[in-house]
Amino acid sequence: MIRAEGLTFDYERLDEEGNVEEKKRAVDHVNLHIRPGAFIAILGHNGSGKSTFAKHINAILTPTEGTLFVDGMDTKDEDKLWEIRQDAGMVFQNPDNQIIGTVVEEDVGFGPENLGVPTDEIWQRVEESLSAVGMLKYRHHSPNRLSGGQKQRVAIAGVMAMHPRCIVLDEPTAMLDPNGRKSVIKTARKLNKEEGITILLITHYMEEVIEADHVYVMDSGKVVMEGTPKEIFSQVEELKRLRLDVPQATLLAYELKKRGILLPDGILSNEELVDELWRLKSKM
Amino acid sequence: MIRDITLGQYYPAKSVIHQLDPRVKLVTTVIYVISLFVANGIVGYAVATLFLGVVIKLSKVPFKYITKGLKAIVLLLVLTAVFNLFLIDGEIVLWRWGIFRITDQGVRTAVFMAIRLIYLIIGSSVMTLTTTPNDLTDGLEKLLGPMKKIHVPVHEIAMMMSIALRFIPILLEETDKIMKAQIARGADFETGNLIQKAKAMVPLLVPLFISAFRRANDLAMAMEARCYHGGDGRTKMKPLHYESRDKTAYGVVWCYLAVMILVGRYFT
Amino acid sequence: MAIKVKNVNYTYAEGTAYEIHALKDINLEIPDGQFVGLIGHTGSGKSTLVQHLNGLMKATGGTIYYNGKDIYGEGFSMKELRSKVGLVFQYPEHQLFEIDVLTDVCFGPRNLGFSKEEAEEKAKAALRLVGMKEEYDRRSPFELSGGQKRRVAIAGVLAMEPEVLILDEPTAGLDPKGRDEILDQIARLKKERGITIVLVSHSMEDVARYVDRIIVMNQGQVKFDGVPKEVFRHYKELEEIGLAAPQVTYLMQELKAKGAEVDTDATTIREAADAIENWLKGRQG
Repeated sequence: MIRAEGLTFDYERLDEEGNVEEKKRAVDHVNLHIRPGAFIAILGHNGSGKSTFAKHINAILTPTEGTLFVDGMDTKDEDKLWEIRQDAGMVFQNPDNQIIGTVVEEDVGFGPENLGVPTDEIWQRVEESLSAVGMLKYRHHSPNRLSGGQKQRVAIAGVMAMHPRCIVLDEPTAMLDPNGRKSVIKTARKLNKEEGITILLITHYMEEVIEADHVYVMDSGKVVMEGTPKEIFSQVEELKRLRLDVPQATLLAYELKKRGILLPDGILSNEELVDELWRLKSKM
Repeated sequence: MIRDITLGQYYPAKSVIHQLDPRVKLVTTVIYVISLFVANGIVGYAVATLFLGVVIKLSKVPFKYITKGLKAIVLLLVLTAVFNLFLIDGEIVLWRWGIFRITDQGVRTAVFMAIRLIYLIIGSSVMTLTTTPNDLTDGLEKLLGPMKKIHVPVHEIAMMMSIALRFIPILLEETDKIMKAQIARGADFETGNLIQKAKAMVPLLVPLFISAFRRANDLAMAMEARCYHGGDGRTKMKPLHYESRDKTAYGVVWCYLAVMILVGRYFT
Repeated sequence: MAIKVKNVNYTYAEGTAYEIHALKDINLEIPDGQFVGLIGHTGSGKSTLVQHLNGLMKATGGTIYYNGKDIYGEGFSMKELRSKVGLVFQYPEHQLFEIDVLTDVCFGPRNLGFSKEEAEEKAKAALRLVGMKEEYDRRSPFELSGGQKRRVAIAGVLAMEPEVLILDEPTAGLDPKGRDEILDQIARLKKERGITIVLVSHSMEDVARYVDRIIVMNQGQVKFDGVPKEVFRHYKELEEIGLAAPQVTYLMQELKAKGAEVDTDATTIREAADAIENWLKGRQG
């Protein structure tokens, strides 16, 4: 679905004459391969290059060096630009700054309109997408009156209506409250499971990563860790060094282990921890 | 305060006016504005008032909500009224003080000008309140369509307008927020002379501009990500079709204009 | 008694179809030097309440006393109140506007009438308090990272030397490390300066770790008010109003439900670890 080969991107700052004054490497030789239908998370602190990487998938940015393939299409190929953008949709961080329509359903219709989809089919797609994210009953509302979480779900519906195979969510929950956060993640997971859409979730909230199939951790433009959530969260110290966190249950297990209580690595949820503790106690 | 500006805000309701084709509403608004300038007597204004009243009634938008938009232009209203009051010459002088005098003609013009302005604002508010900005710009795009032939970027203008309309409430809210934040830091936007007041706006305007640019940047990216590439090859979710009610509305509006012209000619 | 809120009511757009009763009969006392967590989901009235505390919004009913004085009383200076009760809004970095960091932080003290030298002195002190080094003083605030901008913005309020500091979601959008840095700094302010702090937050974990007292708001009313342990005992009711207790509270409850003799009052990782250790080793908590 998505394959990055030595992907590198430099931000350039130009001086007044247009010469390159400063170069900043935002993404540094990233190699990764994402299978269709996977739920992938990319973790990293602010400024680690994860968002810059994400913008490549949608061909908003093109690599300075290396290549990125979306469904076999090279994002540098300008003839394939619209096809790539239709195939890999993108949801951004700020819910207000990505809703174009003044009525929910009109916003969802914006993508299909751009693709030249016939009117009747636009309506059908809008209805399907809005019900897939559970926002159908708000179709006639103004986006300004929705909560942050609802706005993000509308944004997801807007992408869904373009019938993509993959959706990149670039820190979709950073500006939301806990309830909004949960609803957005639940929606993403549902689309992954029920519609088979490949999801690439970029975030710095650890709780959102637990159920991902595979996690990449980025730091100063490089992929520094990768593996299943269990493998990643076993390395509490390393994550802390990368300005990240671990889920509360993992942190508690880690604290207990430091006190000499023999727990296995990679505990992610309360249930697991409770089970492990219970097993320990019964052995005593 | 700034939230009071109703111009450019949609009021959702199910009414005949809401259902009309946006082109009808745009044309009607233009005709109504023309009619206000044709009218120059009490009968004319009575007809204009009646027309406006019926439209408001039909639109199901609460009257209070419509008039809220007037607060924003109170200053403009008072200024025009004052200018007309003192500067128009007439036959009968009603009041005199030094070089200032008020004449019957001055009073008349001041009153009529004020009414024109108020009706103009109310009239256009009714249009924007009953038409979603998208419909409005669609209508405009279609109406101005023929101008594409002389290389007027009609689609781009329409898109810009619709985006501007979507972001007006957001930026107003943001203004409110920044203002409060600066007041919390001891800023004073109310007292002082004109220069001091202008200077006091800097802490408000700089953050507002920065934010507007950031939003514009984000939005452009979001639009590109959703395959926006100008008007070529674009289809419409809600294409415009004239229905029978639109034709009726056109008929009513042209009749109204005819009446106004007749009244203007024979009832002055 | 620093702040006393008495029967405060606030209604938006009174008398119209859009009327919203945002605050309903709020009664609160916030003594000097307390670290208070104010919690509630979006629209619960918590932001409206904090804007009342420094006079940015005026109650439609009831009154607020600051150090015993009625803030709506005659001759009470709102400007002085705003310097005493500092309010840091959500995403405060969006209000930065000056050419360099130091000048921006001087804005508050200058507005209070301090001379340029005095203002700079206060600004520098505030910047050091939030951990911004001197080398940044002359840098443009727009070149800084998100976390740094936020700290500069907080310093902008601190430079006014408030007695009470209210922060509305100061960690929104920051990464975990940035979040911990800001919260640690705030906790240090309270400890070193004895400033009263009101922390508005969504995150139970953050609040549980730092505050002396939690006030939970729901639909414009105070739903719970007490020390974290007490408030989190109501975790089921918290869920009903769209909130949640810290994850460890649930964990302790689950353990207990399985029959473990553990103390379920733990609200932080350390407390939970203590309780579990005691239980495993068969000690009484």
